[in-house]
Amino acid sequence: MENDYLLEVKSLTTRFHTQHGVAHAVNGVSFGMYPGEILGVVGESGCGKSVTAQSIMRLIPEPPGRIEKGEILYGGKDLVSLSRKEMQAIRGDRISMIFQEPMTSLNPVKTVGKQIGEVYALHRGASKKESLEKAVEMLEKVQVPEARRRVKEYPHQLSGGMRQRVMIAMALACDPEILIADEPTTALDVTVQAQIMDLMLKLQEKQKTAIMMITHDLGIIAEMANRVIVMYAGRIVETAPTRTLFHETGHPYTRGLMDSVPVIGTKDSEGNSRLTEITGMVPSLYDLPEGCSFAPRCPHQSERCRTEMPPLFAVSPGHEVRCWLCESARVKGAAA
Amino acid sequence: MTSLLTVENLKVHFPVKGGFFGNSEVVHAVDGVDLTLERGETLGIVGESGCGKTTTGLAAMKLIEKTHGNIIFDGTDLDTLNADGMRNARRKMQMIFQDPFSSLNPRMTVNRAIGEPMKVHGMGSESERQDRVAWLLEKVGLSPEQGNRYPHEFSGGQRQRIGIARALALNPMMIIGDEPVSALDVSIQAQIINLLIDIQQEFNLSYIIISHDLAVVEHICDRIAVMYLGKVVEEGRCDEVYSNPKHPYTKALLSAIPHPDPDHPRDRIILNGDVPSPIHPPSGCSFHPRCPNRQEGCDLVEPELEAKEPGRKAACHWC
Repeated sequence: MENDYLLEVKSLTTRFHTQHGVAHAVNGVSFGMYPGEILGVVGESGCGKSVTAQSIMRLIPEPPGRIEKGEILYGGKDLVSLSRKEMQAIRGDRISMIFQEPMTSLNPVKTVGKQIGEVYALHRGASKKESLEKAVEMLEKVQVPEARRRVKEYPHQLSGGMRQRVMIAMALACDPEILIADEPTTALDVTVQAQIMDLMLKLQEKQKTAIMMITHDLGIIAEMANRVIVMYAGRIVETAPTRTLFHETGHPYTRGLMDSVPVIGTKDSEGNSRLTEITGMVPSLYDLPEGCSFAPRCPHQSERCRTEMPPLFAVSPGHEVRCWLCESARVKGAAA
Repeated sequence: MTSLLTVENLKVHFPVKGGFFGNSEVVHAVDGVDLTLERGETLGIVGESGCGKTTTGLAAMKLIEKTHGNIIFDGTDLDTLNADGMRNARRKMQMIFQDPFSSLNPRMTVNRAIGEPMKVHGMGSESERQDRVAWLLEKVGLSPEQGNRYPHEFSGGQRQRIGIARALALNPMMIIGDEPVSALDVSIQAQIINLLIDIQQEFNLSYIIISHDLAVVEHICDRIAVMYLGKVVEEGRCDEVYSNPKHPYTKALLSAIPHPDPDHPRDRIILNGDVPSPIHPPSGCSFHPRCPNRQEGCDLVEPELEAKEPGRKAACHWC
C-alpha cells in the first residue's frame, strides 16, 4: 500500500432499487481511515453517512440495496468482494459497529452477559465460562456498576445509557481495530450523552481503536473528532482536520450548517435572535440535480454549478472542498 | 394586567400496575409545579426525558387530567369553566407537536386540516375561511396552491409549517410547542425557529417552548424553567440562568452540551448514574443521589423553589 490507511474506501457507490425508482444513496465516496484516529462523518438525514457505514460493514439489505461500484480495502482485502462467511469473521471481531437505538440491536430474550459473551465465543472460540468472565470484564470496562450482577439482566431492565454501554462492551469484546459508531448518543439525554462520549474517549485513548463517528451534531464532532468528512446528497463535500473545518470552513454547505446551529452564548443583547438558515431542502435521492447537488440552495451558485459537478479541490494539506469557488487551489488527482 | 397563564402547585400522578401482585403504584410525573407566563413572553421548559415537561404542558391546556393544582388562563380559573367555556378558552391556547406527521390526519388535505378548527368554532363563512387558510399558508412560507395536497406529500419541515398554520388559525393568545424542532435536521430547524420568532411578533403570541435542547431554548426564550423528576429546580431569565446557573443540575446540564467549537474549554461535569424512577423518587432533594455538591441533609429535607436573587429561583439548600 502506498499510504498508511487502516481502511480505505474507493469510489463507493451504493444504490437502492425500490418501487419508486433508484435511490442514489452513496455516489462515489472515497476516503481513508488512519489507525487510532477518530474520524467524524457529519451530515443531515439522507446524506449517505449511515449507508456508507453499512456498506463498510456489508450490512446493506440486498435487495433492494446494492454496492454498485467501488472498493473497501482493509488488511489487504477488498471487503466488497468477500463471501458472507469471510465477512462474518471480520465483522464484530476486527471491525465493529454500534447504533443509535441499542434496544433494537440487542436481543430482548437473552441476558446481556450472554450476548456479550457470544461475540467472544464466536470469534475466539472461548468456552461458556470464559465468555461469561469476558462479559463481566467488558461491563466493568464500560463502567457498568455491579457488573457481575448486571450480566444476568435482560436489556429491558437497563436504562438507555446502560444499554448503549452494553452495546459498546459487545463491540469492543474482541478488541477491534475499527469501531463504527452511528449516532451512538442521539437517542440519549444530554447528561447521559456526556457520560457515553466521555467513556468512548477514554476507551479510545486506552485501546487505540480507530473510531468512525457518524453524527448530525457538530458539537460532538468538535469535541471528539480528529478529522471530519462532511457529506451532502451521497457525496463528500468537504474533508478537513477538525480545527481547520471549523476555522477555515471551505464549502458553503458546511458554512450554512455551522451558521444554522443555535449555539449557547451567541444570542445578542437584543434578545431574540434569528438564525442564519439554509433555504430550501435536501434534494431527493431519486432525482438528484445536475451539477453540484447543493447548488439549488447555495448562496454562491453560478451557471457552472448548475451544470457541472465540481471535483474535490485540495485547498491545503488534508483539506479538500467540492466547490468551484475553490478551483484556484490544486485539483486532487483523479480521485474526485 | 395579570399574567396570561398561571400554574399553581400542579400535580399529575398516573396510577400504574406494578409489583408481583398487581399492586397499584403511582408515577409522580408532575409533582408540584408553579409557573407563570407573561403576555408576549416566551417561556422555555427544559429537562431530560421523564422530567414531566410534556405532561406539564398538556395539563396546562387541560388535555390531560391533573391530580391537583390550579390553572388560571387570561384571568379565569379553568376549573370554573363548563364545556362551552372551556371550548372558548381552547381557541386561545394552541399546541404544536414534535412530529407533525402524527398530528395531521393523512386523509385530510392541508386546506381542510387548517380550516377544520375554524369550522368547529364557527368562525366566518366557508369562503372567508378559505381565504384565511390561503393567507395562513403564505404566512408560514407555503404557497396557497399547496393546500390541496395531503400531508405525506410534504417534507418534515413543511409539515411543521402546516402544524403552525393550523395552530394560528383561531388567532390564539398562547401556543405551547412540545419539542417543535427536535425531529428536524439542523438546516430546517433554523427555518422553523425563525418562523416561530417572526409570527410571535406579528400575531402577538405568548409561547411555552418545551424542549430537551438547551441551545434552541436559549435562542427563542425570555425565561426558562429547568425541570427534574416532576419539579422545577431552577427558574429565571434565560441570559442569567445560562451565564450563571445556580442549581447543580442546571450546571451539569449546561456543561454537558457539546459545543460546536474545537477550542471551547472542556470543563464538563459528568453526572453519575441515571435519572431515578418517578415511581419511587428519592427522599429529600430528588437530585441528591447524582449531585456533585451533595451535603449532609440533602437526602432528608426537600428544598423549596425559592428566590435566590431578584427574578431567580432555585430549589437547592446550598446555592
